[in-house]
Amino acid sequence: MEEKKLLNISSNPHVRSNSTTQKIMLEVIIALMPATIFGIIKFGWYALVLVLVTIIAAVLTEFIYEKCMKKPVTIGDLSAVLTGLLLGINLPPTFPIWMAILGAIFAILVVKMLFGGLGQNFMNPALAARCFLVISFAGKMTTFVYDGVVSATPLAALKAGESVDVLKMFLGQSGGTIGETCTLALLVGGIYLIIRKIIDFRIPLFYILTVAVFVCIYSLAARGGFDGQFILAHLCGGGLALGAFFMATDYVTSPITHTGRIIYAVFIGCLTCVFRLFGPSAEGVSYAIIIGNILVPLIEKITVPKFFGKGAQAK
Amino acid sequence: MAVFTFKGGVHPFDGKDISKTKPIVDFIPKGEMVFPVSQHIGAPAEPVVEVGDRVKAGTLIAKAGGFVSSNIYSSCSGTVKAIEPRQVVMGNMVKSIIIENDGLYEAEEPWDVKPYEELTPEEIKELVLRAGVVGMGGATFPTHVKLAPKDPDKIDYIIVNGAECEPYLTSDYRRLMERPEKVILGLKIVLRIFPNAKGVIAVEDNKKDAIAKLRELVKNEPRISVCQLKTKYPQGSERHLIYAVTKRQINSSLLPADAGCIVDNVDTIYSIQRAVVDGKPLMHRIVTVTGDAIKDPRNFRVPIGTNMMDLVEAAGGFVQEPEKIIVGGPMMGNPVYHLNLPIMKGTSAITCFKTDEVAKAKKHETHCISCGKCIDVCPSRLIPTKLADCSATRDLETFNKFNGVECVECGSCSFICPAKRNLAQSIKTMRKEALAARRK
Repeated sequence: MEEKKLLNISSNPHVRSNSTTQKIMLEVIIALMPATIFGIIKFGWYALVLVLVTIIAAVLTEFIYEKCMKKPVTIGDLSAVLTGLLLGINLPPTFPIWMAILGAIFAILVVKMLFGGLGQNFMNPALAARCFLVISFAGKMTTFVYDGVVSATPLAALKAGESVDVLKMFLGQSGGTIGETCTLALLVGGIYLIIRKIIDFRIPLFYILTVAVFVCIYSLAARGGFDGQFILAHLCGGGLALGAFFMATDYVTSPITHTGRIIYAVFIGCLTCVFRLFGPSAEGVSYAIIIGNILVPLIEKITVPKFFGKGAQAK
Repeated sequence: MAVFTFKGGVHPFDGKDISKTKPIVDFIPKGEMVFPVSQHIGAPAEPVVEVGDRVKAGTLIAKAGGFVSSNIYSSCSGTVKAIEPRQVVMGNMVKSIIIENDGLYEAEEPWDVKPYEELTPEEIKELVLRAGVVGMGGATFPTHVKLAPKDPDKIDYIIVNGAECEPYLTSDYRRLMERPEKVILGLKIVLRIFPNAKGVIAVEDNKKDAIAKLRELVKNEPRISVCQLKTKYPQGSERHLIYAVTKRQINSSLLPADAGCIVDNVDTIYSIQRAVVDGKPLMHRIVTVTGDAIKDPRNFRVPIGTNMMDLVEAAGGFVQEPEKIIVGGPMMGNPVYHLNLPIMKGTSAITCFKTDEVAKAKKHETHCISCGKCIDVCPSRLIPTKLADCSATRDLETFNKFNGVECVECGSCSFICPAKRNLAQSIKTMRKEALAARRK
């Protein structure tokens, strides 16, 4: 009997959704565009160069590492592009190029690839690199030039006891890193991600809510009364929106369970406020998220959902 | 109108439009018919015919090999040609009775029937056992066993599973559209066994016309109602169907009867009716031949034992050579290497696809990115990605700690996974081991 070509077989299901890792990364990149473009227009061509350089450095690092290690090249999943972009918009607009490249290499090589690549890292690579740069080049990382003059970030001004214009902060009329200044643009991107079901609303909602409540209590207890201006400044400043929508929600380094996500968000919310209000620095988002990342395995362990039919008894 | 459902699940492309309007047509095969002695869950049936014997349509050719087993009848007239191993859908070889069909379809006399109202519960169960009825949704569990729970008085729901949540399948839908009164009659027969039960026909709301038809017919039936389910996969999963209808939950160590429920597929109920009212054994079933590679997708009433390739040809053959053929639906069906296989009691569809989506998805496979989508869709509320990791490391202890045995193997996790991981496959492999260890 003539043997015909055998058909494909595989384990069920035999249909798959059209969502892929690459598409998800692309969605996040798209969601970052309003803030990125706003930052570039505001800070000029050097900001554009800085962002492009970090992206290229991040992608090249992954490519070269994988070539050297004779592993399949995974730059097509766009996660390195996203890491580069996130790092780029987290830099001050006048940051030296070579330091930015160093940061991108650190993010991809040390934080991501050495732990096994996509999905295996326990810290958000872009944030870890930012913290690395802050420690290594503290001066350059905290110098913010806006309108040609070196100025303090709104939160630093607030900490020094000055008053700030919240509306200007919301619309991005203040100093800061390339992507963090315009809360409105970040909000647009964040809401886009929630609508497209890319991120879980729980993390940004509970993170921002925790910060609001914490600062409110602080304002009542330590500043002798409710200060709306003070609370709003904390919500609009210091990259909170960038952190809440784009950094804390990083799949790999946030809890996978629903309850876990709420615990994690509340935890980093409290930590952010502790750093901001009681620490020496005016900012606290990056470190809070990084420490939150480290606690993720623990949080996941204690938040295993109750399975369907648990505790059911025969009639 | 209230719509009932469960938490989780997915919405794959449903593909039912290409065959849902096609009425059931009889397919009359010629030539060789193959009857594997094991086409149900439980002990294989024992052949009671020998090579050279003449059989008619309705002749018992293999009798149940134990309590959890089932009788098998010839669906054609002809001569027993051989009793030898033949390949079945799962890919293994099973002892089969091969009958050369003479094409005359000479039939055995139906057995003596009494009006069902006069039958005792024992007599009804006896007829169901005799007719060789098994769960025809695909699980093929012998129905007479299901109808004999420890305490029949405790059963308060008989649920007819008409969810048909598998994409592409329309066999139950056509049955409900064309013979709704027979399905209701079958349900009334089953209700005679369970004096305290009410009957519920549960149908997904993508079959509104069937729901309307059934509602009209049960208007004056005090014990029967129709439940409109939300269209979502895996709505037809037994545990989740019970939950949708009754809000009672069961887990892997309980049976539906423990929650006072008995669930039977539409075609199973129809076959019970055939056995009790018409005195006919299970010889036919409805098979949807469908998929984008089929020229003329249709629903057939097919004698069991028919060769699958013959059936595909009756549906106009292929538009182009398919890359993948699934016996059953695309979510839980079995893929096959070729179509030289017999239709069995549990064969609900032959789904033929031009392209193999799984092979296509493989190109996009990455590490898990912990997006948590699998948790969102898991109807058993497990953490599929963690369970799959346990499978990779063969870590049974952690697998059990994360309640892996509670998986219903619906495949929703693999479907949704953006990293294109074969989560369900990994979990299934490990689950088998976990269940074996539990039985010890």
